[in-house]
Amino acid sequence: MKLRLTSLGLSIALGSAFAQGPGAYNPVGPGVSLAGNWGPVFHEDAHERGPGPELVNYLGLPITDGARMYGLAWDASRFTVPEHQCEVHIVSYIYRGPYNLRIWEEHDPDSQKLVAIKQYIDNYQQTRTIWMDDRPHPSDAAPHTWMGFSTGKWEANILTVSTTHLKWGWIRRNGLRHTDQATLTEHFIRHGDNLTHVSILTDPITLTEPLIKTQDLVLRIQNGQTWLYPCEPVVEIERPRGTVPHYLPGENPFLHEFADHYKIPLDAALGGAETSYPEYQSKLKKATAK
Amino acid sequence: MRRLAVAVVLAGLPAAAPAQPASAELQTLKVQGNVYLITGAGGNIAVQTGNQGVLVVDTGVAAMADKVVAAIRKLSDKPIQYVINTHVHADHTGGNETVRKAGLTYVGANVTGNLTDAGVGAQVYAQDNVLKRMSAPSGVQTGVPFGAWPTETFLSGRKQLFFNGEPIEIIHQPAAHTDGDSLVLFRRSDVVVSGDIFVTTSFPFIDLDRGGNIQGEVDALNNLIEIAIPGVQDEGGTYIIPGHGRISDQPDLLEYRDMVTIIRDRVQASIKKGMTLEDAKAAGLTRDYDGRYGAKSGSGTGEMFVEAIYKSLTKKK
Repeated sequence: MKLRLTSLGLSIALGSAFAQGPGAYNPVGPGVSLAGNWGPVFHEDAHERGPGPELVNYLGLPITDGARMYGLAWDASRFTVPEHQCEVHIVSYIYRGPYNLRIWEEHDPDSQKLVAIKQYIDNYQQTRTIWMDDRPHPSDAAPHTWMGFSTGKWEANILTVSTTHLKWGWIRRNGLRHTDQATLTEHFIRHGDNLTHVSILTDPITLTEPLIKTQDLVLRIQNGQTWLYPCEPVVEIERPRGTVPHYLPGENPFLHEFADHYKIPLDAALGGAETSYPEYQSKLKKATAK
Repeated sequence: MRRLAVAVVLAGLPAAAPAQPASAELQTLKVQGNVYLITGAGGNIAVQTGNQGVLVVDTGVAAMADKVVAAIRKLSDKPIQYVINTHVHADHTGGNETVRKAGLTYVGANVTGNLTDAGVGAQVYAQDNVLKRMSAPSGVQTGVPFGAWPTETFLSGRKQLFFNGEPIEIIHQPAAHTDGDSLVLFRRSDVVVSGDIFVTTSFPFIDLDRGGNIQGEVDALNNLIEIAIPGVQDEGGTYIIPGHGRISDQPDLLEYRDMVTIIRDRVQASIKKGMTLEDAKAAGLTRDYDGRYGAKSGSGTGEMFVEAIYKSLTKKK
């Protein structure tokens, strides 16, 4: 720890001493090193991130009517369809549960210029590249991926990342999904041995306002287990070809389950931007007092 | 060679998809292997290049054809030998005549002596129904110029070629987007061109007037899912060039297939409940997908999709 602080101090000092003209690269700053192995801390949103969210629990999510209808049509049996079984958690969701996150830097061998910050997320065996060399994002016609296409920049000691070219993926893994038109802004903020990850998801189709989440990770002195994700789909339930499990409008049998269990109004369980603000609590109290 | 010597009436063909109109500038992207994508000319265009020459799948709208040829020439200076049409619509076949004329057909032996024009232009392949809909009965005149018609058609389920060191399959999908749809599979490059059976820009346009049908559309999407094998960690692998929109893989296609199937099931349930077409169109059956796939007007709107499904499912056999 002391060594790292000393290095950081040295970096800042060198950054000043060898300051260069606009556009020139300073290999020692700005920014801090995020390199290392990081493990998740699950004290935040533990229930959702561990056992998983209840069905029709959309509380606190700024979803559109269309996103809600999508969620209510979703049947968890969709997971049994072979083509859906190996689906990866999208980058906007995957940090809810990375069991081990390795971060390293890739530098140009000749100039030592930082080209990319790479991440290996062992949950779903994803290798992510955050390009740091000012390259443009690909064409609209280029493929979309689970990790998307990311570019980063240092804002003081915060790594800010912009991601496009996402696939459809979870807003919450109980049927709420964002579309492939979503974009993601992230901030990686290091405080000594702790790393805070802030994600800001925007999707005009499924969200009425940006969805902001945070996750915390802690530096691992010992290398954490690096799990692989060898997934091969199998037929779990024989069905007619092309069957897509879903509920018809108005026929979701779990509509009231979460709301009834926690004795909250269904409107609250169905989410929407209003349910994410503190003022909603007083509205709820009035509603439940009647 | 199944070129019909018929004359006809103006029966111009519609462009299918509402989104992705022809734009001033074309864009070319490498997909993988020997296959490239050209966008901006109406429907998507796929180009396969190699030592033998050039093969083109669909040709965009007529107005962009010269630019399409120029874009192909940037990829290869070898002769354009084959054009394949995925279906009949003008945003996919409008450039046929120009692209064909820019190419050639190798001929030999007695053909050279007997047919002086046998080597002129590339061969244009399509399923037989494409030619039937471009042409017309004797005595009437079609709006599609003779030079744009397919020169080679196939009747059976598939046509196979081997070109540029790669097996290529043209696989007919009966009664889907139209009755003449084909998938074009490049087996070594691992790329499949879907035509408008799959688009990423709108709901499917089921062209009932040209033999399209919702069940055929669903069947074709399921066929496509079986052809497309995802790569490591459920990503990449077989790439799909849709009729309109971006390069996709199986998980992208899966979202689309699920959407089409779910909305079909909802319309089916509405019919069982005795709802009229107007009731079904007003019931908001596509509301969860309108933001992503709903065109504001024209073909590809949610209402048009519901109408096409309703009419497909209630059509008397």
